[in-house]
Amino acid sequence: MQDRATAKTSTSSARTSEPDAHGVVLSENPADRIEKTTCYMCACRCGINVYLKDGKVRYIDGNRDHPVNKGVLCGKGSAGIMQHYSPARLKAPLKRVGPRGSGEFKEISWEEALQTATDWLGKVRAEDPKKLAFFTGRDQSQSLTGWWAIKYGTPNYAAHGGFCSVNMAAAGLYTFGGSFWEFGEPDWDHAKFFMLFGVAEDHSSNPIKIGLGKLKANGAKIVSVNPVRTGYNAVADEWVGIRPGTDGAFVGALIHELLRTQRIDIDYLVRYTNAPWLVIEAPGAADHGMFVRDEKGNALAFDKRSGALVPAEGPDVVPQLSGPVKLPDGRTAIPVFQKMAERYLGEEYSPERAEKECGVPAATIRRYADEMAKVAFEQTITLDVPWTDIHGRRHEKMVGRPVAMHAMRGISAHSNGFQTCRLIHILQILLGSIDCPGGFRYKPPYPKEIAPRLKPTGKPGQVKAGEPLPGPHLGFPTSPADLLIDAAHTPQRIDKAYSWDAPLAAHGLMHMVITNAALGDPYPIDTLFMYMANMSWNSSMNIRDTLKYLTDKNPETGEYKIPRIIYSDAYYSEMVPYADLILPDTTYLERWDCISMLDRPISEPDAACDAIRHPVIEPDRDVRGFQSVLLDLGARLKLPGLVKEDGSPQFPGGYADYLVNHERAPGIGPLAGWRGNGDSFGKGAPNPDQLNRYIANGGFHAHHLPPSQRYFKHANKEYLDWAASVGFRAADAKMTFQLYCEPLQAFRLAAEGHGPVQPPESHRERIAKYFDPLPFWYQPFEGTMVDTDKFPMHAITQRPMHMYHSWGSQNAWLRQITGQNRLYMSRARGKELGIADDDWVWISSYLGRVRCQVRLMDGVNDQTAWTWNAIGKRKGAWGLSNDAPEATRGFLLNHLISELLPAKGGGYRYSNSDPITGQAAWYDLRVHIEKASPEAIEQSEPRFEPFDDPIGRGHPDVIAYGAEFKRARR
Amino acid sequence: MTCLPTHTERKLGLVIDLDTCVGCHGCATSCKEWNTGGYSAPLSDTDPYGADPDGAWLNRIHSYEVGDGADSRTVHFPRSCLHCETPDCVTVCPTGASFKRAEDGIVLVDPDLCIGCKLCSWACAYGAREYDPSHGVMKKCTLCVDRIYNEHLAPEDRVPACVRACPTGARHFGDLGDPDSDVSKLVAERGGFDLLGAFGYKPVNKYLPPRERRDARTVATDKTPQKQKIAAPTTAIESLFSWVDRALSR
Repeated sequence: MQDRATAKTSTSSARTSEPDAHGVVLSENPADRIEKTTCYMCACRCGINVYLKDGKVRYIDGNRDHPVNKGVLCGKGSAGIMQHYSPARLKAPLKRVGPRGSGEFKEISWEEALQTATDWLGKVRAEDPKKLAFFTGRDQSQSLTGWWAIKYGTPNYAAHGGFCSVNMAAAGLYTFGGSFWEFGEPDWDHAKFFMLFGVAEDHSSNPIKIGLGKLKANGAKIVSVNPVRTGYNAVADEWVGIRPGTDGAFVGALIHELLRTQRIDIDYLVRYTNAPWLVIEAPGAADHGMFVRDEKGNALAFDKRSGALVPAEGPDVVPQLSGPVKLPDGRTAIPVFQKMAERYLGEEYSPERAEKECGVPAATIRRYADEMAKVAFEQTITLDVPWTDIHGRRHEKMVGRPVAMHAMRGISAHSNGFQTCRLIHILQILLGSIDCPGGFRYKPPYPKEIAPRLKPTGKPGQVKAGEPLPGPHLGFPTSPADLLIDAAHTPQRIDKAYSWDAPLAAHGLMHMVITNAALGDPYPIDTLFMYMANMSWNSSMNIRDTLKYLTDKNPETGEYKIPRIIYSDAYYSEMVPYADLILPDTTYLERWDCISMLDRPISEPDAACDAIRHPVIEPDRDVRGFQSVLLDLGARLKLPGLVKEDGSPQFPGGYADYLVNHERAPGIGPLAGWRGNGDSFGKGAPNPDQLNRYIANGGFHAHHLPPSQRYFKHANKEYLDWAASVGFRAADAKMTFQLYCEPLQAFRLAAEGHGPVQPPESHRERIAKYFDPLPFWYQPFEGTMVDTDKFPMHAITQRPMHMYHSWGSQNAWLRQITGQNRLYMSRARGKELGIADDDWVWISSYLGRVRCQVRLMDGVNDQTAWTWNAIGKRKGAWGLSNDAPEATRGFLLNHLISELLPAKGGGYRYSNSDPITGQAAWYDLRVHIEKASPEAIEQSEPRFEPFDDPIGRGHPDVIAYGAEFKRARR
Repeated sequence: MTCLPTHTERKLGLVIDLDTCVGCHGCATSCKEWNTGGYSAPLSDTDPYGADPDGAWLNRIHSYEVGDGADSRTVHFPRSCLHCETPDCVTVCPTGASFKRAEDGIVLVDPDLCIGCKLCSWACAYGAREYDPSHGVMKKCTLCVDRIYNEHLAPEDRVPACVRACPTGARHFGDLGDPDSDVSKLVAERGGFDLLGAFGYKPVNKYLPPRERRDARTVATDKTPQKQKIAAPTTAIESLFSWVDRALSR
């Protein structure tokens, strides 16, 4: 809030650019120019104003017009100056000259670097393109990198979603065509009850903060469900210090209570969900558990009015929601709603049972269910906005259930995350709170078809030497026939995505690539090409073995088991020394980028939005934006679409050229705004002036939806017609919420011996158990496979709000806020274990142990220890001195987390991941903590050899940033 | 010794909402970023990439756990100069470097007059002054005096950098000497308080206390008659289905 009174002219202080007696200059121009671009201090993608003075960055603040941050800026974004001028920035292309891991490099020219990469990649493409594994990390250009990988022809492409949040994306997309964060958000303006589950504080950073501020101002109640009471959890009305991995039990009990007390939105269920759809009840049959369908494939319901089976998605059906229905073939079918009721009203979902698992008292669970129901059904929100539904029926008002939820990493990073996230969505849907006023809102281009129609590519025969892949890598299987396996069940991808290990691996499994490639399982590769992912350190599980895999040699050839590694990064991260060829990237203020509607857009519920980054300051080093380099490599490799007919580069102007002129489909390109002659949104011919229009508009484009399209988008005719017209969805896309997920049943039937594609014996039980079409809660895997008497505690990490992974912890300002992470645990547990504040302890898992220093606190689940993620650093990396606390006293839990689960019968080791999506199960970790004997030197373990310093940076004794502006002033 | 003005025309200051602050440090780094190039430039950092990085910050955030058991909570507490009406840090200054502006009450340090004796930091009860060792002078919150009157900024941006940045809207800026100002009304409405008021420095900045939490102690559990309609668990399913039938045949 700003008090306007202060803007009045003060009588005694003339506004002046001249210093007063004390040297105070009230009205000095802070910038020679202000450039508006997009932040990259985390994944949130806020709009920023960069103040440039005398060729340097004077200041960065938030763009008030921007859809994401609306002018505000967080602790990371406001420390951007130190990121931009970091001494850890790479300066020029590097070629490894010492052994891998030594950090011995020599600088080479870009021409040599690009030619080397072209030689390596060209040979692989000509012989066997799958021998290239191309995985990008936290970049925001997956529509480019994925397209490039298609043209190259390798099936081995994905970004980092598999070790981040694919459980959230997949659970949402298979259930209601959206998901938390990028595909939707709480209705911050109207919600009256808000439940926040396990949120990593860097995802949707500023929108959540702005939203919490609104909820507070509006008097909404906030309940946070999180083992740790920091950050957002601290301002909640109630903090539920849940035991890690048990949120599904908690949510299941809430569902139980809503059903028991008969407080669900039954009209909403009938209108928008598959609750009335009939499920074939014929145990042992090949279609048991599948929907009853007509000859056109329409799912059927029993219409009570006509007494007949009718297409369930038709208008004005009065469906039977319970009781068996006799089918024409004499068999029986049961409505989904009945199956749901039977499951969740069962004793195993009672609050008492949940209390045993999650530690939340049954009475508290009952109270939350009661509070939610009261808000949903007694405090409805009504907007006087007429709208038209998919059946053409006009509604005079928009009526909402103002219960909103948001969930993220704490749900997703468990081996039960997919089904737990599905449970949360079921809870939202039972309350009728998806895309209604006060509930959860889609952001365009979502909702998408449920599940999206896209299927993965890379089956046997689809990968050919010298040819592109015939389709996109990542998609949404709906039956075993969509898997990327051969007749012997062998995974076709290096990460085993879309195999029986991880059938719905919609984001791939980047966390398994190095292990699998080094072990040659399912096959060895030639070249590993990665971008912006610190895979030798804080982004990998089991660091010690990861380093071994990166450096192991084939005894016969003397060659590294992963023979060639190309890596692009802007900074000297721990991954750099393990690569053979380094392509140095720019900082975020020096680059072109695109936050595309084809990728991970920045829309808000009321507007479809995309954005760019553009260079606001010239690099002072011999570095190039990775995306331009990738286009250059593609042209050198003569990849189709990347060269013109005469063999010259298709995009000689690099990434900026591509952003304007690339068309994914006729009229559809990376940027949706100002297409054609500048008037078209979504579809239109390439507009040579498009980037200028973006820059002039502050770096983004927003297409605002009229009020009639803003809610019930999944069933809003006007919105859906528009979405089809701009290419967001197929015109015939089905949008009925899938409470019961039939694709999962298709996999289960295969496991039970039906159909042409069945899992191997080793996998049958696992597929049959976890591919349950109705979500259920189960114990996270690690806790069921290790001795929990020996490893009784849970251990998790979270990110400080002021840091984003290892980028933030190298920042000269941010590391002053947190330079050493501690292991946090409850005072009660500390007392029991004889551990006091500041003691050094060993924290052990079945994989290994870490020595670290403790801080005791109250606000943490009693069975849980936690620490800040990605503070611990290896000596020699990130431009820090070898005695930096990050390297001497900081630590990572990654050393304790195995990328493979313990062997079960048969000796096979599954990845430590969700069995459905392959999401990395970081938070399943079980540990033992004991006091460490005092040592002379107080430092963390394990420790590794320091890297050589390849960039000759030295460490300044003092930064006096800004002194130059003052000198100039004088 | 340095004299205080007998009266200030306005009392500009901050109102900080402890109920809404999530401890993100946005106000701290935006402050650092503006002011390292502003009136107090630079805010130096020593050993920035080494063992003991330390710098001058005009605003710092502390997170505390307070209370026990059901009363236990975490509070994020931003700390900066409170621009007191009667601050010892000014009167103790031997050179006149520390001063309080008569026009708006902002307390500043003139770096050209400061000799780095640190008396003011000893005098400040709030620990709000920051010695910049590499510059050899004392630094402190300027309330962004070089922003709030700055005609090169849009009128809505003429607020301290911390207020401009705060993502949750937990920081407010205005004239606390004017009872009709938005900030004064907010303080009245929310029970804003003086930090360590008993010391008598009359801080201009105010803090808003955490609101009362709506938890088990304050939320009534359901005692509505609807419960009586609900059957015992053994027949919960039948009961649900018959309710659904009734609901759908409305």
